[in-house]
Amino acid sequence: MTGMLNRVDLPLLKVQNLSKFYGGTIGCHDINFEVAEGEVVGIVGESGSGKSTLLKCIAGTETPTNGAVYFNSLFGFIDLCQADEILLRKINRTQTGFVTQNPMDGLRMNISAGGNIGERLMANGMRNYGQIRDIAREWLDKVEIDLSRIDDLPTTFSGGMQQRLQIAANLVTDPKIILMDEPTSGLDVSVQARLIDVLRKLVSRLKLSMILVTHDLAVARLLSHRLYVMKKGKIVESGLSDQILDDPREPYTQLLVSSILKP
Amino acid sequence: MYVAVKGGETAVKNSRKLVAKTRRGPASIPEITTEQIEHQMGLAVDRVMAEGALYDRNAAAAAIKQAQGDMVEAIFLVRAFRTTLKRFGNTKPVKTDQMRVLRRISGVFKDIPGGQILGPTYDYTHRLIDFEGEGNGDGDTSFADTGIDDSDALAERFRTLPWVVDILKKQGLMDDDGETVGDGEAEDLTRRPLKIPANRDIRLQNLARGDEGFLLASAYSIQRGFGLDRHPFLGELRVGHVDVMYVPPELGFEIKIGEIKLTECFMLNRFDGSREKPPGLENGYGLVFGQSERKAMSMALLDRSLKTCEQGGEVRYPAQDQEFILSHSDNVESSGFVQHLKLPHYVDFQSELVFLRNLKNGTKAKRKKKVESPV
Amino acid sequence: MSHQYNFAYLDEQTKKMIRRTMLKAVAIPGFQVPFGGREMPLPYGWGTGGIQLTASLLGRDDTLKVIDQGSDDTVNAVSIKDFFRKTADVAITESTRAATIIQTRHRIPEIPLSEGQIMVYQVPIPEPLQFIEPRRPEAEKMHAFVEYGAMYVKLYEDIARHGRIAMSFDYPVHVNGRYIMSPSPNPKFDNPKLHMSPALHLFGAGREKRIYAVPPFTEVVSLDFDDYPFELERWKGACALCGSKKSFLDEILTDDQGTRMFICSDTEFCRRAREKEAS
Repeated sequence: MTGMLNRVDLPLLKVQNLSKFYGGTIGCHDINFEVAEGEVVGIVGESGSGKSTLLKCIAGTETPTNGAVYFNSLFGFIDLCQADEILLRKINRTQTGFVTQNPMDGLRMNISAGGNIGERLMANGMRNYGQIRDIAREWLDKVEIDLSRIDDLPTTFSGGMQQRLQIAANLVTDPKIILMDEPTSGLDVSVQARLIDVLRKLVSRLKLSMILVTHDLAVARLLSHRLYVMKKGKIVESGLSDQILDDPREPYTQLLVSSILKP
Repeated sequence: MYVAVKGGETAVKNSRKLVAKTRRGPASIPEITTEQIEHQMGLAVDRVMAEGALYDRNAAAAAIKQAQGDMVEAIFLVRAFRTTLKRFGNTKPVKTDQMRVLRRISGVFKDIPGGQILGPTYDYTHRLIDFEGEGNGDGDTSFADTGIDDSDALAERFRTLPWVVDILKKQGLMDDDGETVGDGEAEDLTRRPLKIPANRDIRLQNLARGDEGFLLASAYSIQRGFGLDRHPFLGELRVGHVDVMYVPPELGFEIKIGEIKLTECFMLNRFDGSREKPPGLENGYGLVFGQSERKAMSMALLDRSLKTCEQGGEVRYPAQDQEFILSHSDNVESSGFVQHLKLPHYVDFQSELVFLRNLKNGTKAKRKKKVESPV
Repeated sequence: MSHQYNFAYLDEQTKKMIRRTMLKAVAIPGFQVPFGGREMPLPYGWGTGGIQLTASLLGRDDTLKVIDQGSDDTVNAVSIKDFFRKTADVAITESTRAATIIQTRHRIPEIPLSEGQIMVYQVPIPEPLQFIEPRRPEAEKMHAFVEYGAMYVKLYEDIARHGRIAMSFDYPVHVNGRYIMSPSPNPKFDNPKLHMSPALHLFGAGREKRIYAVPPFTEVVSLDFDDYPFELERWKGACALCGSKKSFLDEILTDDQGTRMFICSDTEFCRRAREKEAS
């Protein structure tokens, strides 16, 4: 750990020479990129390209074989891969968020919507019921869930609402960065559109930083400023989202764009 | 005035007298001796020793008598007795490959070096209750002149039989178990609390003491697909006696201090290979005091399935889940805790009643409050 | 029985091991210290943890009081007293003040404890997070990293659903500003008695093989929210025998028509109050 606290001249997140091997199989290999504050970075590729593995290494749920993930946390510019578990868990419940593909993995399904949003607040020491409820209502409003649903269980919510609830439960402590693993897959198109709309509003209003992993280039274009294209565990192309999607250089990206984006 | 809590002392005394009387039964019937139990109910004695974790036939027989044949109660008696015994030291690991075998079978090869030895087993009996047996048993000497060798003499003849798994190992089809621990290095579950995840030495100790019924049901669930995707094979099952060797510090060399009867089981599973490990057969191991084949086989199946998380596999079913199996296998623990509900819980229940009545009265108040609040 | 048992049943090595564990527990208030618990001649769930602690603490000069549900005369209390009478032959008392060691199940006496006294609790489930996180390795981490958010989520859900915190016994407490601890299945009525108590409180869980402690004069706070503070049970009436209005009352059904009366759960307290009135 370098002792400097929250240096403004450093990127928010810096992935350096990151590799993950499973035995002889490559999960991802020699990944390098940075995320600036307020920036949304999309990672796209087909399934099996290593993008989810990369995200898990950044989130700390997988241990990379080599490399580092530096995070400009409130405790300093630290390598998350070397941080001890107590620090990592502290960072994960305050300064980072992780939105899973399946909301059931990220929510407590037997706890009310309000309780799900309130958990991170209570984990960080908030001990006033009324205040927790006020904040929970505020966030339900931000993710466009009817306030009357505050005491309902997530099991009674639609898939899209569950996903918006998961986003609220992650954002309630103002994390510095939020990691999203295919947040829209499993939702049908109109529900997707609503989720993306909510996310766009949050990104512009809160100046959110985000790493978004998706196989859906349309989603990537709508949300991210910059894109990285992954193939067989490596980054093959990167640049501004519009530039890559309108004028892909690599044959793989061209194939990806032509196969998914419908005119 | 009725006050429930008075008179406990006398009631407890009388209850103890009653159970003693019930145990004895009518005085007109001769009292059963522990010696009779030890020799004529040997399999019950075996189970009580195994789960009581104490090889003492006499104590087990006395416990069975005292418990009126309630096996879990008898096991409990032996465990409590075990607590009070002094420890002199640790014996050398028993050499089960030098077992004097009474019974030894394999389900994987028709012919094995040393042969299949059926020995004493109910496996090939027809389960027809012999009502005559209860009166005539003493007079029936037909088994004396059947020409069958006395089992001890038989055991001498087949003194040491190679393990079937050794043959497979020589052929390169099986690894040595990587996790074996050295002489004197094994942890002792009876001296340290169980910690999850547990190493294999602790897991095997836990299973060896575990409840036969729980192990059997859990192993059965594995066979029905809750934890195994293919058929396991019985590599070998052997029952017999082994020497117990001890090195007294004042002597400095090994002496034989006795012998114990054991049941040992090797269960084989096909393994198709991974990046780290070549294909071959995997071993599940069971070892139990006395003759308890059902238990040893169940243990061997569970030994294999509890390796799941170590091998990086996904733990999906109870029989693969170390915490689920190991924390719930002990019948002295489970029997005590389930039955502690018989103890008075007046105070806790009173607290619940107070809460429930408040809640019933309060429901209206809360609704009122909700209307008032400008949500 | 021909077999000769040691004083207070356990051998001295085991007692020493248990006393070392207790010292560690005292050093880290509220932390559950694992120990190599032994099988006792009483069943698990019937006080084996408490019995092992008492057996390790007892000297020949000690005076022992055993209560269950607040009463000196309930079956389990009688049975445990009988055990120590047989194996240790120590003085047995019903007087809270005279006792040096008080083993209890589910209550703390109404008569205040004093310095030098030891309370020994029988604990069925020592882990306050057990029903929130049944997996031991994860619950241990939650304690180690002070991750108590999920515990408060339970309180939050209670209030959202019932308008109040719905735990009535085994109500978790925060000890010395660090660990969340189960006070054993005492009614929450007894929780305030732990706070800054002059006595030493030792908790033994035999089946789960853990020991923990609240040393004398330690801060013990029942979990709550600022705007939904911890509340005690209240009864409308008083004890039908002694007239006490400040003790924990048990409900007694007097016929099959649902007629009931309330009397003190603490039998010694009730008897003394009546004796005082009579004199």
